[in-house]
Amino acid sequence: MIKTREKLQETFLEDIYSIPDGEKLKTCIQCGTCSASCPTSHLMDYTPRQIISAFRAGMLDRVLKSNTVWMCASCYYCTVRCPSGIKLTDIMYELKRLGIKYHLYPPKNASPVMARIFVDTLNQFGRSAETVLLSLFFLKTKPFKILNYVPMGWKLFTKGRISISNKTIKGKDDLVKIIEYIEKKGVA
Amino acid sequence: MRYSYYPGCSLEATAKPYDVSVRAVCQALDLGLDEVEDWNCCGATSYISIRELTAFAISARNLALAEKMGNDLVTVCPACYTVLNKTNIYMREKEDIKKTVSEALAVANLKYDGTVKVRHLLDIIVNDIGLEKINPKISQRLDGLKIAPYYGCQISRPHGTFDDPEFPMTMDNLFSSLGAEVVNFPLKAKCCGGMLMTTEPEEGVNLIKSLLSCAQDNKAELIVTACPLCEINLEAYQKKVNRKFKTDFSIPAIYFTQLLGVALGLPKEKLAIGRELVSSEKVLDRFYGGKR
Repeated sequence: MIKTREKLQETFLEDIYSIPDGEKLKTCIQCGTCSASCPTSHLMDYTPRQIISAFRAGMLDRVLKSNTVWMCASCYYCTVRCPSGIKLTDIMYELKRLGIKYHLYPPKNASPVMARIFVDTLNQFGRSAETVLLSLFFLKTKPFKILNYVPMGWKLFTKGRISISNKTIKGKDDLVKIIEYIEKKGVA
Repeated sequence: MRYSYYPGCSLEATAKPYDVSVRAVCQALDLGLDEVEDWNCCGATSYISIRELTAFAISARNLALAEKMGNDLVTVCPACYTVLNKTNIYMREKEDIKKTVSEALAVANLKYDGTVKVRHLLDIIVNDIGLEKINPKISQRLDGLKIAPYYGCQISRPHGTFDDPEFPMTMDNLFSSLGAEVVNFPLKAKCCGGMLMTTEPEEGVNLIKSLLSCAQDNKAELIVTACPLCEINLEAYQKKVNRKFKTDFSIPAIYFTQLLGVALGLPKEKLAIGRELVSSEKVLDRFYGGKR
């Protein structure tokens, strides 16, 4: 664990710069357009602008253990408005991936759990199967609150908006092969 | 005109009424949809939060399947639209991604040459068919109906291929040409919270509240969306908003294809109208022989 962490510290900056157009992060002028545009920045431990600054200073824990990246709703306002052309939403995704990979994410945040369940469900069925996804998510994160969602679930069911049977796609084996190929190559 | 149709996972579940109305409206507009056979989930915003190249590869499987069919690929879910478009762009422009993803596809006897165009149905209806050709088919003008077209994020951000990322107008223009009164709705491209409504509902509900307030303050009777997630978030959390803020919202939200179908004179059942969580009866029954 410590070893991987050290490795991450060494490669932290390079990891981010390696994603498509990631190098543009170097051109951040700290203007704060991202923070001002973000619909959830008021919920974040550090605003997007602060996260970029902390990232460039190599402050691993501050960047990954804060709730910031997990509060990103992928609205892409920062991306379309950034005067330096930084694709901040995509950088948030990379930070999420690093956090998951090195187990450095805010422990109480439900979003990493959701992402993991989503991936498992997709890998299993080939589709995202909302019912399975949400049931697993609530069981794992807020089992005591599951009753609160029963009325809404029932109403959706009576309106024919819940699918009970989860079809597995015919090409699931192919999909698994595609996934395994990339994972084996170690470039996932 | 024929298009390859990628419904996406939501359209098989909570957004079933979207799928039903999409098919009905396309039929009425002589727009042929061939569903991509055995498509898989695009990965949405979650898969790429765990794995990057794998996310592009599973998304590229859909592009490869669509390429065999030859036509433009049409989706109605902005999340699918963004993911498929992003993958498509990288498969054309980023050699390293293209190389690895192509190798992975080859393992499943698939290949993708980057020729597919990924489009949103709203773009096709307004720009390929065009308002001039739609108008003669309208049997029920929407005169007097006050609507707030709500675009959300990913239909125009980040790619903005057919509408403005800051102030989209496609639905405004479509429905005002059909007689509807489009109210001032400055929050039309703001975020509904997306998946955060599920993972962080206590915080997300504030975003929903501001959208509902904006629509109601501007006297909208109906919110019209082009996104399955926006639609369910706006409908499903109104009770929660009302409890938390002691408000009294009861504003129906429907898919743009449902409202377009009303104008095309299609019966309610064919448009899956009546399957909302917040009833649209009071608002739409005037077009079906009911009193206003």
